[in-house]
Amino acid sequence: MSKYQYVPEPALVKGDHDFASITHLVTDVNLRPTPKTWYLLMLPANALLGLLLVSIGYLFWEGTGIWGLTNPIGWGWAIINFVWWVGIGHAGTLISAILFLFRQDWRTAINRFAEAMTIFAVMCALIFPAIHVGRIWVIYWVFPIPNQMGMWPNFNSPLLWDVFAVSTYFTVSLLFWYVGLVPDLATLRDKASDKIRQIGYGLFSLGWNGSNRHWWNYEKAYMILAGLATPLVLSVHTIVSFDFAVSVIPGWHTTIFPPYFVAGAIFSGFAMVLTLMIITRKVYGMEDIMTNDHMEKMNIIIMVTGSMVGFAYMMEFFIAWYSGVEYEKAIFVLRATGPYAWAYWIMMACNVISPQFFWSKKLRTNVTFTFIISIVVNIGMWFERFVITVTSLANDYLPSSWDYYSPTIWDALTYIGTFGLFGTMFLLFLRFLPMIAIAEVKAVLPQADPHNYDENGTYHAPVEEIPEHVTVAKPKNA
Amino acid sequence: MSAETKKMYGILAEFNNPRELIDVSKKVVELGYDKFDTYSPFPIHGIDKAMKLEKSKLGWIVLGHGLLGFTAALSMMYFMSVIDYPLNISGKPFFNAPAWVPVTFELTILLSAFGAVFGMFFLNGLPRFNHPLFTIERFKRSTDDKFFVCIEAADSKFHADQVHEFFKEAGAAHIEEVYE
Repeated sequence: MSKYQYVPEPALVKGDHDFASITHLVTDVNLRPTPKTWYLLMLPANALLGLLLVSIGYLFWEGTGIWGLTNPIGWGWAIINFVWWVGIGHAGTLISAILFLFRQDWRTAINRFAEAMTIFAVMCALIFPAIHVGRIWVIYWVFPIPNQMGMWPNFNSPLLWDVFAVSTYFTVSLLFWYVGLVPDLATLRDKASDKIRQIGYGLFSLGWNGSNRHWWNYEKAYMILAGLATPLVLSVHTIVSFDFAVSVIPGWHTTIFPPYFVAGAIFSGFAMVLTLMIITRKVYGMEDIMTNDHMEKMNIIIMVTGSMVGFAYMMEFFIAWYSGVEYEKAIFVLRATGPYAWAYWIMMACNVISPQFFWSKKLRTNVTFTFIISIVVNIGMWFERFVITVTSLANDYLPSSWDYYSPTIWDALTYIGTFGLFGTMFLLFLRFLPMIAIAEVKAVLPQADPHNYDENGTYHAPVEEIPEHVTVAKPKNA
Repeated sequence: MSAETKKMYGILAEFNNPRELIDVSKKVVELGYDKFDTYSPFPIHGIDKAMKLEKSKLGWIVLGHGLLGFTAALSMMYFMSVIDYPLNISGKPFFNAPAWVPVTFELTILLSAFGAVFGMFFLNGLPRFNHPLFTIERFKRSTDDKFFVCIEAADSKFHADQVHEFFKEAGAAHIEEVYE
């Protein structure tokens, strides 16, 4: 007997599905009457959205003094929440673009869903830089448009790079998402039996009819967009990290920030996709498409990126010591033992320890455990941004100007309110748009491959050729 | 309305699976038709070769847009920071090329993405909300689970009887005439 085992690739779609049943499974969610649960969930989401609007309204009226910002901590929850939400968004682009370039067919089950999450997360993120400026009525000064001073923005500033990076990211993610949606909207148009849906979906599907001459250009466009979105997504969190790294504050001025921020972003984003996926697939009965194999693969990505983040934490300490700079050394000792040690150790526990459980196959295939870890990871990632932002500002060069930062109720309400915006958008998405990329899932079914048919057009399921003298591993999650 | 008073758009044949669609596409090309198209709910691997499709021109459109974004970004920053209102910011040069990389990169990507999306719709002639095929009830399944071929009447070799006969021999599940 050989020591090697043959591990069969698990089927991407479970159950006995054909093209028509996939169409039905996904489109039925949009075409059947709205379930009561949807309204029950929409209610709290709308309430929180209202809370967000009130918090923003009060901020505009009263100014940023309502937040817990003090001297020297001039950046508080606004930047923390911004980085946290943008980071979450990164998983969607990673799934839709990078996994596409790597030919990871399992992405088809979750890409629509994850891209929607990206767009809504970036919307939540964009609120914070927009509202934190204090004089909101001159927000257009951040754009290169003529103003009353005759001046232009400072192109040497990372904060300006951020304006370009995040707005480009939002636009390109939206376009990518829409391109993916067009054929599925056409499916909905053709499936709908009432006039309103036919016109609505018809309008947005732009008259798509499944022509292979169209698919030919479409696939090219999709490939190019994936190729463009890949460097884009890496650049966005890199530039977000420049907001910190280009300054000369101890603990911020490090070259490890870009890769470390990108790894952290993917880490938290995958966790968010899992949190949402585990609930949604249960509620809508999509377990045949969003399978436990998908969950396991995503858990492995969480484990890998979580380990990268853990490595970066240790490397920061090493470089601080190795640099010989007193202030650098001091800030890292202060992070672990100083006034914010509680936040630091929450971060370490959630981001470094919790993903290590996924080395165990039993735990990474356990739905409840995955759900808990996915939430723990995002708590940890929020605290990571808190630790980076607050500790470095609160305890920098002059001990005489050190201060302790505490948020106010308005900081908290604005943050909680963004969940209302996210929830509202996500529920609208689930209700009105296909949550799974129908055409893409069909294309990865074995029935879609012309080679699986004989001369007479009869379908034969593909048989895996197993090399001799090799034992077959038990199928995953059997 | 009777068939004679309307102009024929083409003849539509329905097939059950991607293999049949590829086989029939090969035969259509062999017979020398060039105004025809196939319709499927998802892109089929190898149909481009069967239909003898030319390489998509989209790459060139994207390249053009990308270069435009790159040039526009650099010239915008040069005009604003060097020509129109130079500002001395911590003694840095007015033409501070390394600091301009992020904005140049982002605008190159943005314009390329516009090129890719709108270029694709342009090449496909979309949006087009009214198409003769949309009058066919069965054609709705082209976005669900059926596969169609349509040979258009505009083709120089088009003879309705011959096309009917050809589709019947190719084993079409259903054949229908499409009028404009």
